[in-house]
This record gives sequence, C-alpha cells and structure tokens, in this order.
Amino acid sequence: MQPPAPGGHAPENPLVSLVDAHMHFGAVRALDGVSLTISPGECLGLIGHNGAGKSTAVNVINGGLTPTGGAVEYTLPDGSRATGAAARAAGIRSVFQELSLCPNLTVEENLRIPQHDLWGPGWRRIARKRIAKALDEVFPGHRIKPGMTVGGLTLAERQMVEIATGFAEATEPARLVILDEPTSSLDASIAHQLLDYVRGFCARGGAVIFISHMLGEVFEVATRIDVMKDGRITQSRPVAEFTQQGLIDAMGHVASVEATTAIREDAATRIGEEVLRTDEGLSARRGEIVGLAGLAGHGQAEALARFFMGRSSGPRHSSHPDVVFVAGDRARDGVMPLWSILRNLTLTHLPALTRRSIVDRAAEKVLGADWKRRIGIRTDDILNPILSLSGGNQQKVLFARSLASSAPIVVMDDPMRGVDVGTKREAYDMIRFEASAGRTFLWYSTETEEICQCDRVFVFRNGRISAELTGDQINEENILAASFEMQESTA
Amino acid sequence: MTDTVISTLSQTHRRPWFWAFVASTAAFGATLLLTEGRGGGELLSAALTFAAFSAIVGIGQMFVITLGPGNVDLSIPATMTLAGTLSLKFMGGDAALILPGLGVALAVGLGAGTANYLLIRFLRIPPIIATLSASFLYQSLAIWSNRGLRIKPPSILADFTTGATLGVPNVAIVGLLIAVIAWIILERSIYGRWLSAVGQNARAARLSGVPVQLMFAATFIGSAVLASLTGYLLASFSGGAALNMGTEYLLISIAVVVIGGCSIAGGYSNVPGIWGGALLMFLIVSMLNSYGLGAGVRLIMTGTIIIAIVAAAAGKESSA
Amino acid sequence: MNGNYRILLPVLSLAVLMAAVFYLQPRAMSYFGLNLLFNLAVPIALATIAQMMIIMVNDIDLSVGTFVSFVACVTATFLNDAPLIGAAILAASILAYAGLGALIHMRQLPAIVVTLGMSFVWAGLAVLILPSPGGAAPAWIRTLMTVKPPLVPMAIVASVGIAALTHLLIMRSSTGTLLRGVGGNTRAVLRAGWSVTRLKAGAYALAGFFGVLSGMSLVGLTTSADANIALRYTLLSIAGVILGGGEFTGGRISPVGAVIGALTLALAGSFLSFMRLSPDWQIGAQGAILILVLAVRLVFSRRSARVEG
Repeated sequence: MQPPAPGGHAPENPLVSLVDAHMHFGAVRALDGVSLTISPGECLGLIGHNGAGKSTAVNVINGGLTPTGGAVEYTLPDGSRATGAAARAAGIRSVFQELSLCPNLTVEENLRIPQHDLWGPGWRRIARKRIAKALDEVFPGHRIKPGMTVGGLTLAERQMVEIATGFAEATEPARLVILDEPTSSLDASIAHQLLDYVRGFCARGGAVIFISHMLGEVFEVATRIDVMKDGRITQSRPVAEFTQQGLIDAMGHVASVEATTAIREDAATRIGEEVLRTDEGLSARRGEIVGLAGLAGHGQAEALARFFMGRSSGPRHSSHPDVVFVAGDRARDGVMPLWSILRNLTLTHLPALTRRSIVDRAAEKVLGADWKRRIGIRTDDILNPILSLSGGNQQKVLFARSLASSAPIVVMDDPMRGVDVGTKREAYDMIRFEASAGRTFLWYSTETEEICQCDRVFVFRNGRISAELTGDQINEENILAASFEMQESTA
Repeated sequence: MTDTVISTLSQTHRRPWFWAFVASTAAFGATLLLTEGRGGGELLSAALTFAAFSAIVGIGQMFVITLGPGNVDLSIPATMTLAGTLSLKFMGGDAALILPGLGVALAVGLGAGTANYLLIRFLRIPPIIATLSASFLYQSLAIWSNRGLRIKPPSILADFTTGATLGVPNVAIVGLLIAVIAWIILERSIYGRWLSAVGQNARAARLSGVPVQLMFAATFIGSAVLASLTGYLLASFSGGAALNMGTEYLLISIAVVVIGGCSIAGGYSNVPGIWGGALLMFLIVSMLNSYGLGAGVRLIMTGTIIIAIVAAAAGKESSA
Repeated sequence: MNGNYRILLPVLSLAVLMAAVFYLQPRAMSYFGLNLLFNLAVPIALATIAQMMIIMVNDIDLSVGTFVSFVACVTATFLNDAPLIGAAILAASILAYAGLGALIHMRQLPAIVVTLGMSFVWAGLAVLILPSPGGAAPAWIRTLMTVKPPLVPMAIVASVGIAALTHLLIMRSSTGTLLRGVGGNTRAVLRAGWSVTRLKAGAYALAGFFGVLSGMSLVGLTTSADANIALRYTLLSIAGVILGGGEFTGGRISPVGAVIGALTLALAGSFLSFMRLSPDWQIGAQGAILILVLAVRLVFSRRSARVEG
C-alpha cells in the first residue's frame, strides 16, 4: 500500500473541505451548516450521538450525497482542486458501519467491487496480492485467506476485510479513509492493531476520519476531535485540549450513576423465587434484572435466542406467552416495515385483544394510546407508519410490544443499540418499573454502563459462561477480566 | 356521516384494487361498443362465472404470496386436476354422492396442501421447488386414476354449476362468498395480522410470538383446498375432468394477485383486487376475441397489459 | 471450502442416477446408449444457464419456456428461410431481454411478474410465427447437433463445453464477479459507483443469449418446431439451477452445477422411459427424483453446517 507522498501538498491545501454544508431531507435538517477540513497527516475523530449528523457528513464527503447547500471541495492527487463527483478520483475511501461486502464472493473477488481497474487477464492475481498485503499490514497475524468466501467468515473477520479493502493499494491510492464505527465487531487486541496502523498511515501523510462510540479509541488515535450535535459541529479542537469528561459533556451526555444505584437499592424487596434455569447455567429470579456481558459475539445473543425459542414454542404460547423478546437489531428482528406504529405495538399482545379470532380494534386503539402516553412515542398519530419514527422511537415501540403482554420474562437482545441518551434513560426507568412489578429481565448489552445496572451478571466467553457476578462484584474491571482469556490460568 | 362518505369516495382511487376494476370496466365497455350494447348481460354473466374460478384459486395464491418472497404455490393446476378427477370418479354420476364427492375433493386439497407443507418444513425445500415437484406427483396420480375416461358429473351438480340464482351465476355466488370470508380473515382476524407479519419479516414475527409455522401450514393447506374446490366446480361445470383443465390457472392465479395490487414481496394484499384481476383477465380476452384478433395477438396483449399494470403500480408507489 | 462443497452434491446425484441406470440397463453403457439417455440434455442445459443468469441477480424468469419455444419457432421458420431476418429477430429478442432487465431494476418491478407477462408475449409471438407445428431446422444446426464425435456423444461434449465456458464467464472473469456481486449485495455495488441498471441489463442479455442458443439447439434435435415445444423448460430450468446447488437469492449460483443439474433432469426423463415405466407415472417419478435429491442435499448440508436457527 503506497502511503501518499508526504509534502505533496502544502498544509494549506486540505484533502477535503466542507464549506457551510447543508443537507435537508424534507423538514429534517441532517446537516445545518457544517464546515470542516481534513489535511494530509490528520486523523479526525468525529463524535456525537446518533442522529447528530455524522453519517450524513461522511456521505457528503465521500460523494454519496450532494449537499442541498454549501460546497464540498477536493484536492486531486495532481494538486488541482475539484468539486462535484470527484471523491473517488481524490482517493477518498469509506468503510461503512453496515457491512458492504458481498457474502457470496471470496475476499479477493470483493476487492473487484470498489476497484474498477481490476479487469482483464490476471486481475484475480493482482486482487489477491493487494488484499493480502493490506490485511498483513493492518492486521498482522490474521488468518484470512484471499480465496475464502466472505459468507463463511466471522463478523470480526468480515470487518477486518472491509477495513483492509479501505486501505488496499489501487491505481488511486487511498489518501483519506473514513472509518465509521470500525471496531464495533473487533475484540480489543485486533482493534489495537487497527489503531496502530491508522497512526502509521497518518504519519506517512494519509488522512483518516475516525467515527466511534468508544471514546478511549478516539483519544488514542485522533489528532483532532470534532463534536457534532443536531447537524452542526459544536466544537473542533486538537485532541490534547479535551478530557473524556469534557467530551461527554460536549455531546450532552449525562452520566447515569444515580440511576445505577437507584435500581439496585430496592433489589432485596423486589427479587423473588427462581423462575428460570438453563442447561448452560443461566438462571434468574422473579423481579430480577440479569445481565449478559462479555465481548460482542461470544454467544450471548445465541444463548438468548435458544432460551426464547425453547420457551416460546407450542400451541399455547401465542395466547399466554411465557417469554417475550425485545429486539436490538430492529430491521432484522423487530420492525414490521409496512405497518403503522399501532399495529407494530400490539403484535405480541394481539391474542388478548381477540374475540373468536376477530381483532377488537377499539380495544387495540385504547392499548396503543395508553402505551404511546406511557413511554412517550413522539408522533402526532399512532396510525402513522412505523418507519416515520426515528430509530430511538421505533425502539420504544418494540419495548412496548413486549411489555404490553403479560409475559413474566422479558428477553432483551442489546436493545439500546443506536439509541440516543434520552431514550435510553426512559428505557432504564421502564425496565426498573417493570422489574419492581415482578417481571424478570434477561438483558444482553454491549455497554458496560448498562450491565452495571443489573442485579446479577453472567459474563460470556467463547460461547460459555465464564463468570457470574452479583451485587458489588459487578463493575467494569471484573467484567473485563472475565471477558478476556488472560484470566484462564487463575480461574 | 357525509364527511366519511366523501372521504371514502376520494380515497377509493388510492385503493390498490381500484385500477383493476377501472380496466375491467373499460374492457367491458370496449366489447359492448362493438356489439352496440347487445349481449351485455350474457357477457357479464360469463365474466362472473369464469372470473369466479380464477378468483377462488387466486385467493389461495394470494395468501401464499403474502407469506413473503419465494412463496408461490405451483401445485395449483395439478391439485385442481386431481381433485376434479377423483371426485367425479367417486360420484360416478350419482346425485346422492354430490356432497361426499365434494368431501373427496376437499380431502384431496387437504392432502396436497399438507404434503406441500411437509416438504417445505421438513425437507427445507424452497416452496417454488417443493410445490413444483409435488405437483408432478399429483399430476401422475390424476393421469393414473383418469385413464382417459371422461366421467360426467351428476346432472344436478352440472345444472347447479352452470345455472344462476336471481340472475347471478351460482359459481360466482360461491366465489363471492369465499371472497367475503377471505376478506374477513385477512382484514379483521388475528390470522390476517399474523400472515402479514410473517410476510414482512418472518424472523421478527417469530420473535414477537407469532406462530409462524402454523401460518405456513394453514396457508399452503388453504391454497390447496381452494384449488381442489375449484377443480370440483370446474370439472362439474365443463361436464367432466380433463387432464389439462388446470394448466392455464397457474399463470392466472399469480397474475390476478399482481393485477389486484398485492405486493409480490409479501406482507400486503387485498381481496377485492383478486376479483378485479380475475374479471380483467377474462374481459381482456373476450374483448380481443370480439374484435376478431387471433390467439397470438391476444396473448401478446394480455402479457403487455400485465406488465403495464405492474409498471404503473410501481411508479405510484415510488412517487408516494 | 464452501464453493467446492456446493458442486459435490450435484455431481453425486448425477453419479448415483447414472449408476442406477447402468445397473438396470447395462446396455446403456455404450456410445449409443449414452446418446439416447442425454438426447435432450443440451437445450435443457442452455435453458438452465439462462435461468441461472437471472437467479444470479436475485430475480426469477418465468418466461424461459415460452421464450425458448419462440426462438425455436423463429429458428424453424425465418432462420431457415431468410437467415438474415431470422438472425435480426433473435438479436432483437436478446436486446428485449436486456431492456427488460433495465426496466425491472429502474422501476423496481417484481421480476416474477414481469417475466410472467413476457411469457404471454413470447407465446403470442410464437403462435403468430408458427400457428401450427411445422417448419424445418436449418441444415447447419441439424449437422452441428447430430455430429458424432469419437468416444463421447455430442450431448456430453457440448455440455462440458457449456459448463467450461460459463464457468469462465461467470466465476472467473471480473465482469462475472461483478454480476454475482449484484446478487450478493446490490447496495455495495451501487455504492462503489457501478451502474446496477447496466449490470442487470447485462445479466438479462446473457439470459436471452443462452435462451436463444437453447431454442436453436432444440430445433436442431427435433428438426421442426411448434409454439408449445419447450413450455416445460421454465420449471425444468428452475429445478436445474437449484439441483445444481444454486440458491434463489444472494447470487449463490454455480454454472457447472447448473449444467450437471440439467443433465440430471434430462437423464431422469430418459431413464424413466428407458425403464418402461408406465407413462402415467413418468412425470410423477421425475417429481419424486427431484424431491429425493433435495432431501439428500439437506442431509449433507445439515452435517456440514450445524449452526442456523
């Protein structure tokens, strides 16, 4: 991979500059006057809540969207300036949050998709060489072969391939690589390899835009941090001028320490007899909030799915559910895209609203209105399509779908994924309220802050439970310790 | 009250089935234009009769297609033939056996639908292939039991299927009754909700407590039972079962679902559109016939109209 | 690997079926016997490849059968009597296929319905061209299809050729990779700056091209045509792709597998008439063989991958 020649551009010649960019989708102002520049050698950490406009900004920079106002200007490798559809020629690459590989193709074949020059006899050999080299450089010690079919790789390996594709050699060498949540599926050591590589890449004159929820990573790798909020950049300073707490404050984050203690305080009175125990050792008592922790992809979601499927089959389940499920991957596991908010909300509880097979639509509306008020779904009409809601509000509907039922056990598969802080706090309150009313929660979460709110925590490693923590044992240190292999010898 | 009537009227043209009925009326009018208004009653009665057969199988196919992408019942023609053949053979022209004969036909549908479902569920064969392979077996059974004999239906049954009550063909009355029941199931019952949920996202439906496998079984069995009922009626109507009696209903059953404004991607369908599509399919053919166009042109026009309707419907969706 | 595994089952099912044939009828193990068994394999294989091109981009073509019939009618009439006009008609029909692919993508139409409509159109055109069975195969096609290469019958040589050619085209070439990419992840291809409309038009044009070859080779074997000559091909071609290890979505297809799947189907047909099975049961037995092969495939794939919920 050829790093761009340092000194090829004067520092006053940024790779990309956005000048007062506006992007409106109907009434929604996704970008509301954003100006930013990225120069060679820079690693820009872009942070902000979901919906702050990061993805839109990135899509404007890489040419995926044309801004409705303002300008985007690129510097081409020959030093000339260009606007319009010049992102590719300017050597700008994007690694997206949702995976953009073709699972039916091999690793080397996937390089053919972004690299238009790969054709003619011998293209396959060149592709193999380029992707292997990129993988070796970014993730030394990886075990990915260029001939492997992507569909057969683990989630982490796919993300590694995607990142390597972003940095791989091509006729237009990568000069600015945009990494949108690149480490979401990677474990800590692999993530570190990436951070090391990014630092080197920038030192050699490349530029990176690094978007991550993991503030630690941003601090480690960024040279400058831009904070986005409501479609604007509210702060832009060298990394040294920020502290973690300062950053959190800048984003409008409120630490939820009080909530944590509040939840656990009443645990003694709330928790009753044991209501579930699985073969693999998962157990929970009535009114208890049980967390499933550990690194992403270590079997937590599968354990939940197995438990749910096992307890929810049989003819009587639909009318008297024993367990209900709150999906985190909304598009895949939760939302019915053609339906209204109301129909989405009442789906699980529907049998109780049915007389002689006919749905009582008046009762359904009453239930919908009741939950709309209780959890504050932001819409003027509950008959609006579900897709008219923001992600966080869609998630609330999915919560309501499950909680409206009478099921004593609620299974939650990382339900706060991509949800803003306000909604999160409301959801925590709701969970606490329902737990004190006697419901049991099985809660898989990738965020330590959430896990720390649980009464009991099972840490998963390699598909098995590696530790059970209760009460004061539940803290970040213990969870991390149980998540990583190094504890093997002492355990 | 008046407000709701007005808003209902102004909403009507947005209903997915609206255009099927508009086109049907146009085809009907164009045909009558040629005959200067004569024979309108006969044409309408023929249209209702033949559309009823298409509508009944079309409703079964609609439920299957609503289950989501890849779900199509290709065994409808074979099931129709098998049910028609076996039930007529069983009745042997004996008027006392009309109801048991109907039972035989429906039992064939029940068996075929169950077999289809079992192949899909336990051999995990994609529905298109499963119903296709199974239909070969049903067709063979029909050939074997038919032996080239054409057994006449009991004359009462033949009279019923070709007759009319208060001017409405009896077959059409059966078809309309089934449509009403299907409408209630789809729009008002919990099964319609569950069906739509499965069609939109089967995984999410399962995780929300919807009995997905039950819906699959019921839908495929329902489709086969409706096909077998059509086979029974059609064989009685046309004076005996023929081995190719179902052939044209494969394409028609899919076409009426699409023309009626149901989503081929699943999760969204409507019953009135099935009748609209069925009427349109018949009226187009009779219109082209009355204009003296040959089979070739008729086929080309039919195909072009199907594509035009789908293209127009897609345009509306994307602009909405 | 995954890909190699995919090809193993079609090969195995063909081998088992062939072993059964040879066991029941040892005389089939001869040049003449094989020729008879695989008599209609080439047109079926070509139609299956045509279907595969469409399935590759996540669509399905319900008009293959009527299209091949239409081509057969053109071949037995125009291509024989006025070769230039005939060739022009066939070229235009390939263009029509390409246009269809573009239309389906641009307006996001359901392919299953558009091709269903097209099946009426092709059938109508076929009836117009050849209202009653007849026509004659052009001599050069006839010669080509009945040539007797040494050692192995023409049908097998041609099938191997078709498999090799389409494997190079679809699995090895960079364009083929891109086309499969459309099936695997359309958004990624779109985002990388490719015109998916063009790619889909290309896939459909390839389907049209192989459909044309199928119709021409069919007439070469039957020497005359009629408007309903290949109606079964729609279902046979879908079954062939699936038997060959292909899947309906995700661009997971295998040209070699598809050809083998088509051979299996052709063999099953000949095998049954070979066995003097009562004609009543021939169609049924074909269905049973299809189900059996898919059941075996299930057992294998269960063993290979235990995960999945």
